[in-house]
Amino acid sequence: MSKNIKVLLNGIIKENPIFVLLLGMCPTLATTSSAINGMSMGLATMFVLISSNAVISLLKNLIPDMVRIPAFIVVIATFVTIIEMMMNAYVPALADSLGIFIPLIVVNCIVLGRAESFASKNSVLSSIFDGVGIGLGFTLALTLLGASRELLGTGKIFSMTLYPEQYGSLLFVLAPGAFIVLGYLIGIFNKLQHKAG
Amino acid sequence: MEYIGIIIVAIFVNNIVYSQFLGICPFLGVSKKVDTAIGMSAAVTFVLTIATLVTFLLYKGLLEPFGLQYLQTISFILVIAALVQMVEIILKKISPSLYQALGVFLPLITTNCAILGVALLVIQKDFNLLESVVYAVATSIGFGLALIIFSGVREQLSLTKVPKAMQGMPIALITAGIIAMAFMGFSGIDQVFK
Repeated sequence: MSKNIKVLLNGIIKENPIFVLLLGMCPTLATTSSAINGMSMGLATMFVLISSNAVISLLKNLIPDMVRIPAFIVVIATFVTIIEMMMNAYVPALADSLGIFIPLIVVNCIVLGRAESFASKNSVLSSIFDGVGIGLGFTLALTLLGASRELLGTGKIFSMTLYPEQYGSLLFVLAPGAFIVLGYLIGIFNKLQHKAG
Repeated sequence: MEYIGIIIVAIFVNNIVYSQFLGICPFLGVSKKVDTAIGMSAAVTFVLTIATLVTFLLYKGLLEPFGLQYLQTISFILVIAALVQMVEIILKKISPSLYQALGVFLPLITTNCAILGVALLVIQKDFNLLESVVYAVATSIGFGLALIIFSGVREQLSLTKVPKAMQGMPIALITAGIIAMAFMGFSGIDQVFK
């Protein structure tokens, strides 16, 4: 069990997909115009990660080595279609604002990366823990980025006003802000990690 | 006039990298040198155009008539993966010199979300066949432009003194942000074509 906890924490801090591995940049930049959007994108990706990790780990002895990548992609695409249909049915407004980036979870390098480097070699249970850990790391990073952009741009976090909107700079909600805020966040993360280690 | 509008909007106003955030991985990954940036943009243009054409025909010819739209994501990604593999094999046979130039970039392209993104976008925007192809070509020119400008700046950047924590990716992202700001200056010119 302690090994699984370690796998979990590994995904959140040591191998944080955004701040350390720098994977899955497209949805990170595109869907974090507010904290709630960032968090929902993170959770949708986490669902796909956990399910595809579990199924690929179950199937790892059945999939021939030669065709493993296409097989992984089919499994991942199935779960992406499931979450896409579910979001369209139950949270249409959210699905609308995330738009094309929900089907694009398929080509998120994190999901395929974990399938290839972890789930295809480990037991089902630790693959699920890995999915939860990496998924949480991704969700936390996206929520943090979304919250920073929302705060700098509109003075709100999760739609709660912290300071009047006219003091915010709209730039941070628009495209350039995504690059700039993420750049500074990674810089801060590097600095803190350098201090800690 | 309509097509000129699509081209201008796809290259400058809704630039695929700086305003739509598609294809960020190769944008950040292969932009350290201008030469590799040019090679990557050429490979993307090639694959993106063919992939958009094929997925468009697949959707209109097979998925839509039979009501199988929910298979869109799965079928598109498989077609793109197969296509990239095929392009690689064909290129190796008929044009070894082109393969030499583009070869290393081709496998990377399967996971480039710009390819799948554009294939999904043309369906979403309800373009016809010609509009889709024009859009795909213009988008890849926009990608090339973004990548080449950025790699030029990064070549200069590697010679400057940057604080340790900001070296590498952080400073590259901030630079991209400033270029994105410059690209925002183009917004509004699409009104001319309406």
